[in-house]
Amino acid sequence: MTIKLVYFAWLRERFGMGEEQVDLPESVKSISDLFDWFETRGEEFEAVMEHRKIIQVAIDQEHVQDSGTLIGDAKEIAIFPPMTGG
Amino acid sequence: MSIKPDIRIQAEDFDIKAEIEKLTQGRTDIGAVVTFSGLCRGEGDTLSALELEHYPGMAEAEITRIAEQAMKRFGLLGMTAIHRYGKIKPSENIVLVIATSPHRQASFDGANFLMDFLKTRAPFWKKNHLVDGDDGGWVDAKDADDNALGKWEK
Repeated sequence: MTIKLVYFAWLRERFGMGEEQVDLPESVKSISDLFDWFETRGEEFEAVMEHRKIIQVAIDQEHVQDSGTLIGDAKEIAIFPPMTGG
Repeated sequence: MSIKPDIRIQAEDFDIKAEIEKLTQGRTDIGAVVTFSGLCRGEGDTLSALELEHYPGMAEAEITRIAEQAMKRFGLLGMTAIHRYGKIKPSENIVLVIATSPHRQASFDGANFLMDFLKTRAPFWKKNHLVDGDDGGWVDAKDADDNALGKWEK
């Protein structure tokens, strides 16, 4: 399954890109699986995933609170640090 | 009667007086207007600018969701929220919220509610740029902002 991943703030800087199209492995069904897969994608991903408890996720531009949430046929998953607007 | 909130994400500054007039012009049912504007602090003259990054599309969608909740919950007659992005210097505007209602309490509560949820749910991130040229890093989220949501639990 090809999906668009988008990154913001210091995650974007650490990954060196704002977005990418990826083919997710079959085993990636939930947000938690996605994070597990990230940990296998090299040093920068591993370093960012040390903060996985505070990292936030939006599926198709809506917040997701539970890391068990299934990705389903989502088109876009955004991954970002806690927000600091206002 | 306009019930839809007016939500805008833009790089440009906003005109508070003009925005109030947009909501109140020709209306005889509005008895209260509350405006909140958030400005960039200089942090004791150490900060040269804040850089605001946002998630296009979701930023508008999320603030719209919050504003719709606020309008319904407090019975507001109108609501405007404008959030800027890009580089913003100390003393410049970052965010504007306007709420209108027949009586004042609803507008105070509506503006307060919108700001509390915007802080923790609207996808914006602030980066510090320091006067001495150093990269001041990304602003950390505050526990106080998370805790502020507690008062809106019914």
